Amino acid sequence: MITQALFRALDKKAIWLVAILLLVAVAVPASNLLLPVDSPFRLPNYAVPLFGKYLTFAMLALALDLVWGYCGILSLGHGAFFAIGGYAMGMYLMRQIGTRGVYANPILPDFMVFLNWKELPWYWYGMDNFWFAMLMVVVVPGLLAFIFGFLAFRSRVTGVYLSIITQAMTYALLLAFFRNDMGFGGNNGLTDFKDILGQSISAPSTRAALFAASAIALALAVLACSAIVNSKLGKVMVAVRDAESRTRFLGYRVEYVKLFAFVVSAIIAGIAGALYVPQVGIINPSEFEPANSIEVVIWTAVGGRGTIIGPIIGGVLVNVGKSYFTGAFPEYWLFALGALFVVTTLFLPKGIVGLIGQYRAATTKREQHDRDAPTPMQVEAGADPQPKPAE
Amino acid sequence: MSEAREKLGTMLYLDGVSVAFDGFKAINNLSIIVHPAEMLAIIGPNGAGKTTMMDIITGKTRPDDGQVLFDGRTDLTKLDEAAIANLGIGRKFQKPTVFESHTVWDNIEMALKKPRGIFATLFYTADDEDIARITEILETVRLLARKDDYAANLSHGQKQWLEIGMLLAQDPKLLLVDEPVAGMTDAETVETAKLLKDIAKTRSVVVVEHDMSFVRELGSRVTCLAEGAVLAEGSLDQVSANPVVIERYLGR
Amino acid sequence: MTGAGMTILKHLIGAMLLLSALLTAIPAHAQFADADLTTLVDALAPGSFKDRETAIGNLVASGDPRAVPVLETLLEGELYFDETGGKVVFTSASGGKGAISDPVTGADLSDLTEADLEKVKVNNSLRRVLRTAIGQMTLLSEDARVRLSAAQSVLRDADPAQLELLDSAISAETDVRIKRVMEQARAVIMLKSPEASVEDKTAAVPVVLAIGGRDALNTLTTALASAPDEIRPTIESAIDGLARDRAAWDVAQNVWFGVSLGSVLLLAAIGLAITFGVMGVINMAHGEMVMLGAYTTFVVQEIIRQNAPGLFDWSLAIALPAAFLFTGLVGVAIERGIIRFLYGRPLETLLATWGLSLIIQQAVQRIFTANIREVGNPSWMSGSFELGGLAITWNRFYIVIFALLVFVALLLVLKYTAIGLHMRAVTQNRRMASSMGIRTPLVDAMTFGLGSGIAGLAGVALSQIGNVSPNLGQGYIIDSFMVVVFGGVGNLWGTLVGALTLGIANKFIEPYAGAVLGKIIILVLIILFIQRRPRGLFALKGRSIEA
Repeated sequence: MITQALFRALDKKAIWLVAILLLVAVAVPASNLLLPVDSPFRLPNYAVPLFGKYLTFAMLALALDLVWGYCGILSLGHGAFFAIGGYAMGMYLMRQIGTRGVYANPILPDFMVFLNWKELPWYWYGMDNFWFAMLMVVVVPGLLAFIFGFLAFRSRVTGVYLSIITQAMTYALLLAFFRNDMGFGGNNGLTDFKDILGQSISAPSTRAALFAASAIALALAVLACSAIVNSKLGKVMVAVRDAESRTRFLGYRVEYVKLFAFVVSAIIAGIAGALYVPQVGIINPSEFEPANSIEVVIWTAVGGRGTIIGPIIGGVLVNVGKSYFTGAFPEYWLFALGALFVVTTLFLPKGIVGLIGQYRAATTKREQHDRDAPTPMQVEAGADPQPKPAE
Repeated sequence: MSEAREKLGTMLYLDGVSVAFDGFKAINNLSIIVHPAEMLAIIGPNGAGKTTMMDIITGKTRPDDGQVLFDGRTDLTKLDEAAIANLGIGRKFQKPTVFESHTVWDNIEMALKKPRGIFATLFYTADDEDIARITEILETVRLLARKDDYAANLSHGQKQWLEIGMLLAQDPKLLLVDEPVAGMTDAETVETAKLLKDIAKTRSVVVVEHDMSFVRELGSRVTCLAEGAVLAEGSLDQVSANPVVIERYLGR
Repeated sequence: MTGAGMTILKHLIGAMLLLSALLTAIPAHAQFADADLTTLVDALAPGSFKDRETAIGNLVASGDPRAVPVLETLLEGELYFDETGGKVVFTSASGGKGAISDPVTGADLSDLTEADLEKVKVNNSLRRVLRTAIGQMTLLSEDARVRLSAAQSVLRDADPAQLELLDSAISAETDVRIKRVMEQARAVIMLKSPEASVEDKTAAVPVVLAIGGRDALNTLTTALASAPDEIRPTIESAIDGLARDRAAWDVAQNVWFGVSLGSVLLLAAIGLAITFGVMGVINMAHGEMVMLGAYTTFVVQEIIRQNAPGLFDWSLAIALPAAFLFTGLVGVAIERGIIRFLYGRPLETLLATWGLSLIIQQAVQRIFTANIREVGNPSWMSGSFELGGLAITWNRFYIVIFALLVFVALLLVLKYTAIGLHMRAVTQNRRMASSMGIRTPLVDAMTFGLGSGIAGLAGVALSQIGNVSPNLGQGYIIDSFMVVVFGGVGNLWGTLVGALTLGIANKFIEPYAGAVLGKIIILVLIILFIQRRPRGLFALKGRSIEA
């Protein structure tokens, strides 16, 4: 059964994508570690974690695309799942510091010593074990998504209402994580990491390994998403996106379909967050900012939602652009980002992937063009969003 | 009317059903019975409550009052849409609603009577039997040639047929069909009537329609609704001869 | 003009002249010529303590209110005199405005230096005399206002030494209000004084109780400690009653804070409710409209400061229409330029307007810098007043009134104007409205303009209770959405109830949970509430809503 599903996942596009990602997973570390320092093909040390960060962002965008592009749930709180995964990893890394902290406390992280805490809070237990921490990276975002999604989808909160309460969710978490007594380092978050699995976190080899792990994780996420969207369940998800009520009358439990997509998506986002933290060296409450989560939406939209490759392209491109802009013209970055939102929604509803599709369709036969899938936009436009009183 | 009849042995049993939206009584003490393998045509002016009645049967709207039983024993007012659909009640909407970004084949495949659970759906692969069944249905609704086309690219009439095909794939005991021939050519209308009559040999069918010639074609029992209640019942000739029906619906 | 009219006018003028003569006569009676008073004041300096006592008596006999500060300064031991000239003076230490000044005229005496000055000496018996003298001058003053403030000051200090004087003042007092304050002061002294009899103390308890508030509570609590056993129960029950009152006032104060917060939320959310309710448009740039309104106020005030400082108290009256028009026009531009291409795609609208909000914030930051701008309060918006046990600041008070006015005005506009009728028609059935000849694009533009204009008004109001910065709007946007979602879409009353409920709930949770946790609790409660009622408190119900 599962092998069949995986086999189905490997359509031509997915094979290419996974192959490229695996190639990148090998090529980037190799270029950094093996080539001589003066080689023009050698990637500088700083670039490896930077590229790794882009990959984790691409993974976050892919996670959002699974719920938004395929299931029609616009989550404005996906940054929260990313951040929670990041915090779980951060907790593991904090416990690895041991006596090398400023206060040299073998058990308590510095900020707890500073706050005069005498013992570790119960939710920090076991986080010094890598595998337990990795389990939490998956379980905690998944559980939060399950509880939140169960409540929201069961009572049929949809459309912009759902978007707004997901935003409220991440906002509430932002406020909560800012508090010192939450036990997550308050304002400063978790930082000053030393080791991961016994390896120095700043060593080029560790960074190369983290990069490779990010690329492989992304490849696995592509496989998982691809398996889901190519299955009958994936078709039902798209059906829910386009005509939720109709799907219900066919006998599908729309709330469970959405819940499945939401939980899987939250888990992928959590793993992305866990890979992000050791590469940037810090996790703090600002990751919960509602603005961050909305930015993820634009990555997905720019690349092209409702496709597997779109969010990956968007996540990498927008963030490369952001790195460039914030370095070269810091005061214009927000203008550019704002304009990106407006231009994408107005002129590029299907994103870059859609643009390429259109270009191809225009250059091949007209007949081919007719067979193009209708965009989610066309379908949505058909539905009247206005509440109307009874006939 | 209804109290005289037996609940047992009915396919659909509505008794004293009422629902109000902000004070407006959309359905007012409505009682209707449909027997197994029987076709019932429902006519009535706009706002008579025909669509609201379907909403109540399929679980979209909860009645304020009254009894809605399926198969003589299952209380439909306690169940949601998906549960009702899985009991064996299929619905075709007034506006043809098919999944436009899926192919014709996928539309039928999704409707096919199969386990609807998340993991059953995730790991589903069509076996030979399923493929044969889908092919058969597509032949019945004359869409086999277009099985790989996106539903969005079908004509209006073809979408109506596709939706009927989806109904067939669900293999329901009771079909609720809302204005199936709107936007169809005369030839298509005749074909549809033939198809529905065929279906009604083994299943119960409730058809809501404005097109009188189509209703005549069906040749079934007719109920006329007005202001959320039954105005008249009987054969089409009886109903259309009823002076109240002429006054309120057919016009002088 | 008729003859009769002329006569009446003459009478009126005559009456006014008489009145003004009387008014000027009263101070003339109590006020000495500067020179005479100066002689009396200067007499304080020379001679023995006995001579000073006589001089004090003469000052009291003068009845001139200007003598009071002189006596008070002497009591504090801060009165000085010029060794050579013998003139009594104020120094900066003794409350004079300049370094050294004339105690009577307040004029600067710049030819004197501190080195020339000597303290006017006082001893304990003189201090007693002084206290009585000041009490007599004020408690027995002919000016009712002076008596009232003197009585209040005795009430505050509750010095048993004043008791005798207070008794004579009470018997002489004719004004009921002042007499009550004096009696309250006497009761407080009674409870405080160890010499007072049990009967006096018992009689004092209800009088103190009538003062109410924290002061009475403190007096009674202190009195309880030293009270004889027989009156303890009386005092204890009085304390219980006061504590209950206090608790009730605390609740009322919380309600007021909640109403105040609610009115701010209402102002911020009501424009959103219109654009969301009528057009189904989620405007994420709504907070930026509020921010632009606040900056309009800032600009208006800057212009007034530079060109016509006298108009400052009118700055808000000018800023309101300016902000409404400016943000309204920006709103129309946004609708025509972006939103109209996105109708029927609410999620895309959300994203596009979010992008817009980033651009607007950044643009404002470029123009005005990211620094916080302080917008001034006109004089009538400053300060506070007390209502029973409530302390209410004027700016919050006016904002509550303003929010309600805006709400009512909007209801009237929607109900009685053509544009309002068209808006409601479009809300209920867009297609039908358009086929009936209503120009829905115009209505959309107007609606969006109106919603944005109201956000601008909210910005003017918010500039009065906080600082203005480019991210002002971001602080309100999530709360405003919560109000609209909680209240239900398409119903202004829902927005009102939603805003007030959330405001009050916030202020009631805050004392127990703290501001941040309170906010989290509210957010979680709303998320749970939406599970129960996905379409808010006041939702439209009907067959086609989910279609």
